[in-house]
Amino acid sequence: MRSLYISLISEFYKSRKTLAFWAAILLPLIICGLITFGFYSGSEKILKFHYPPMVLWAQYCGAALGVMGLLIMPFYVIFMAFSVNNIEHKNDTWKMLFAQPLNKFSIYAAKYLYAVLLIFICLFLFATLTYAFGHLLQIVVPKYNFNQYNPSNILITSYFKLFLSSLGILSLQFILSLLWSDFLKPMGIGFVGTIMGIITANVGWKYAYLIPYSLPTLALRITKVKKGTDPLDFPIFTQEIWTSLIYASALFIIGYFIVTKKSIK
Amino acid sequence: MGNYAIETVGLNFNFGNQVIVKDLSLQVPKGSIYGFLGPNGAGKTTTIKILLNLLKSPSDQVFIFGKEINSNRIATLKRIGALVEQPAIYGHLTGKENLINRCILLGIKRTKADEMLTLVGLADAANKKANKYSLGMKQRLGIAQALISDPELLLLDEPTNGLDPNGIIEVRNLMIDLATKHQKTILVSSHLLAEIERTATHVGIINKGQLLFQGTINELHLLSKPMLEIEVDNIESASSFLTKSGYEILTKTDKLITIPFTSAQKSGELNTLLIQNGFTVSSLYQQRKDLENLFLDITKTN
Repeated sequence: MRSLYISLISEFYKSRKTLAFWAAILLPLIICGLITFGFYSGSEKILKFHYPPMVLWAQYCGAALGVMGLLIMPFYVIFMAFSVNNIEHKNDTWKMLFAQPLNKFSIYAAKYLYAVLLIFICLFLFATLTYAFGHLLQIVVPKYNFNQYNPSNILITSYFKLFLSSLGILSLQFILSLLWSDFLKPMGIGFVGTIMGIITANVGWKYAYLIPYSLPTLALRITKVKKGTDPLDFPIFTQEIWTSLIYASALFIIGYFIVTKKSIK
Repeated sequence: MGNYAIETVGLNFNFGNQVIVKDLSLQVPKGSIYGFLGPNGAGKTTTIKILLNLLKSPSDQVFIFGKEINSNRIATLKRIGALVEQPAIYGHLTGKENLINRCILLGIKRTKADEMLTLVGLADAANKKANKYSLGMKQRLGIAQALISDPELLLLDEPTNGLDPNGIIEVRNLMIDLATKHQKTILVSSHLLAEIERTATHVGIINKGQLLFQGTINELHLLSKPMLEIEVDNIESASSFLTKSGYEILTKTDKLITIPFTSAQKSGELNTLLIQNGFTVSSLYQQRKDLENLFLDITKTN
């Protein structure tokens, strides 16, 4: 446990000055900021629709969730998996890392956990900033009715689902980035996978849920459908989430065996 | 086994079908500076990686401080500091941050980082990004990283690589210091014999994965037949006098007479003999075959 903690601290220390780390903070800040700005500058147009508070929140949250879930999330996950491993490939430090008096599993698990943590932080910030900026909008544009509905439940559930549904992609990409030191191979496979995932999810292919890359889209789409009926009551652990978690844990274990067998050149 | 910091017993290692290390039996005594010599591609780095358990050795073939490495990986690595090939440095971090990161991994105080920077002469460049370092500075930082945990055993793979003459001397003195004053055991690999000759107490010579020679530096010297070179006036009569006295003359130039060296005492007696017979001996010294040539001889015959 101690070596896992140590490795995790070291991962943070190493990456705290890199884009990978700051992306987790900047991405939600920029996207939420832009959407908020849109709602601020276009407030007159939006106010004309006279949305009920819940629908206003749904429009507002949906803007970030839609962009995030569809496109940015898979790429962000691919990038995280890449950068956590690339820091060692680039500097040729794998051998140093595995020559430390630390459990090999801890070193591997810490890297994986760190990537998970960054994704969690990113999505957590998305949820928090959406909530906070919504209320900020209310202050700046008092005619909005953001204050008449509490969206925290929807926000938490949606982003939590998005988080869980992305773990499958993370594990897969993590292995790819572990194996290959270059940017193009994992990125290329990830790109093709994401496009494929979006298409299969949107055409409603029966087995789309078997492709990890389509899971975030699938997870969010169901959220949206259910929102119309009863927004407070949609299940978190749906088929996509379970599939994602099964992928994540299976590939995580396979990744460990790859690490132990990997000869340190 | 108890006296060895490193002992390998008939170690074999292959990459696929390619034999890299063959029946290698290293014996590195505690407190020694062990020069691990061999041409490029001889298997030196592979051996060092095996000693760090980066490459998995067959069981019961590698022992560090008497303990089998595979079953004592973490405990063993705690006692080792290493510099393998190029120093492993994060380019986007400063020199100091690289060392602090190592402190984190090893669970030691961060103040150690400053100490090490001073030791290797990088205190002024502590806050400079490591990818801006010169090759020599990177090498120093690598050595600092290897030393930071104050390990009992140091594995240094060509540590003077890329250093300027001053740097080479500093590293050499540092190694001697660590071994004599701090009782560290150092295994240092090199393909440069002259480098090893100046520091090592023990030598192992490897070629094509096989150990060709292992012993103290003096034993290596004995391998090359030592000779006694005598500088003496009146060289013609001196040489006929020596022949008459029963000495075998190997070569004779207009300034030097060379005879086989037997012992220091015998050399002294010869000196006395020459002087008593009216010769002026201006110098008399033991000459060994150049290690460089010796090294070539050993590796060639294999």
